[in-house]
Amino acid sequence: MNKTISTPLNDSIINDLHSSDYVYITGTIYTARDAAHKRMYEAIENGEELPFDVKDNIIYYMGPSPAREGRPIGSAGPTTATRMDKYAPALLDLGLKGMIGKGKRRKDVKDSMIKNNAVYFAAVGGAGAILSKCIEESEVIAYDDLGTEAIRKLKVKDFPVIVVIDREGNDLYETAALKYKKD
Amino acid sequence: MRELNVSVITDNLKDMCIEAAHYLTDDMKDCLNSAEKCEESPLGRQILEQLKENLDIAGKDMIPICQDTGMAVVFAEIGQDVHFTGGSLEEAINEGVRRGYVDGYLRKSVVSDPIIRENTKDNTPAVIHYDIVPGDKVRLTIAPKGFGSENMSRIYMLKPADGIDGVKEAILNAVSEAGPNACPPMVVGVGIGGTFEKCAILAKKALTRPVNKRSDVGYIAELEEEMLEKINNLGIGPGGLGGSTTAFAVNIETYATHIAGLPVAVNICCHVNRHSVRII
Repeated sequence: MNKTISTPLNDSIINDLHSSDYVYITGTIYTARDAAHKRMYEAIENGEELPFDVKDNIIYYMGPSPAREGRPIGSAGPTTATRMDKYAPALLDLGLKGMIGKGKRRKDVKDSMIKNNAVYFAAVGGAGAILSKCIEESEVIAYDDLGTEAIRKLKVKDFPVIVVIDREGNDLYETAALKYKKD
Repeated sequence: MRELNVSVITDNLKDMCIEAAHYLTDDMKDCLNSAEKCEESPLGRQILEQLKENLDIAGKDMIPICQDTGMAVVFAEIGQDVHFTGGSLEEAINEGVRRGYVDGYLRKSVVSDPIIRENTKDNTPAVIHYDIVPGDKVRLTIAPKGFGSENMSRIYMLKPADGIDGVKEAILNAVSEAGPNACPPMVVGVGIGGTFEKCAILAKKALTRPVNKRSDVGYIAELEEEMLEKINNLGIGPGGLGGSTTAFAVNIETYATHIAGLPVAVNICCHVNRHSVRII
């Protein structure tokens, strides 16, 4: 089913999202990938404040290519979410409601999503040029020294994603392949 | 003896990096077009359509096809009658990569040390494979490799008794495990034989062969077709979200091996199977 949602998220939005829904996101989302997650995780462990409040927000696992002049951002497709699994539950416990990436998630992440009422979306991997067209603004807000891995605040309009894992733990990666599997 | 200034290598490689990041070869584009017609899943067709549009935008607006513009893998086949002048060949190759990634607005994804992980900020060094061949030409291939799919690649040191069935199982196992992480539809490069490192290089090289060209070895060509069918029957589909297009091609290269071994490397590439070739 096609749906349109706006950020920040809340429980009523999350409750209406189901595995396999095609969703267009409008509003503010934040980027973070491997190195930024490592730093945020260390900050949580040390009792320090995070560079942005993750509560009710969406993190997009993405490190863009540099922007050409006149554009807000370069190519901007998802990276593999699996690598962020080690860090995701701690952020979900702080109120993170959505994650955008591609690729499988570990069981403990799914359990944490169920516990914290959150969703995992996939954007189409390797479609960074077309996805960049849905990003209207991009601003580095933390960890500038990490280059492409810095945390960016993005303003997106009708950013296309698919719900892979919903709040109940239904996982489209597991169910969809079975439907088309042939012996 | 032909003298060749290494600056020619630098200039060509710079352009090749930029070209590979924005345009796919015709054989890859043809695959995408025909897959869209055959794909059974409606969501799969929608994703394939998005990938086609993505490719158009990349070339038209000069936005890299994928933000992961990869680590630069360079195959340099050097004619033995070539004499390089003007400096170090390796430096010249890295300078070409540096200029391509910096001037071409490509992502710098390389860290100088695997543990300390400090970004080199110019995407160097490249991974370079040299071959000395007859003649006085230099054949350069650049294959920028994204790590979503690279991370899902595998090596299996099989036993001779495992035979061709063991090889088939290894390929299917690697692709099944890769699933959505490798950004399907994939191209599957396989190296069989040689030693531990040789089969890996063969698998990487296999990815640079056009996807519509089957192996010259009869039984290997058949194996390529059989494995493609088996992989597409897994149901993984475009984006891993279900469907009949999981791979565009299986390219297999072989080499002699030891009486005690049967090495198999499976190097997976996503649908952005980039490469650019020039003969200088």
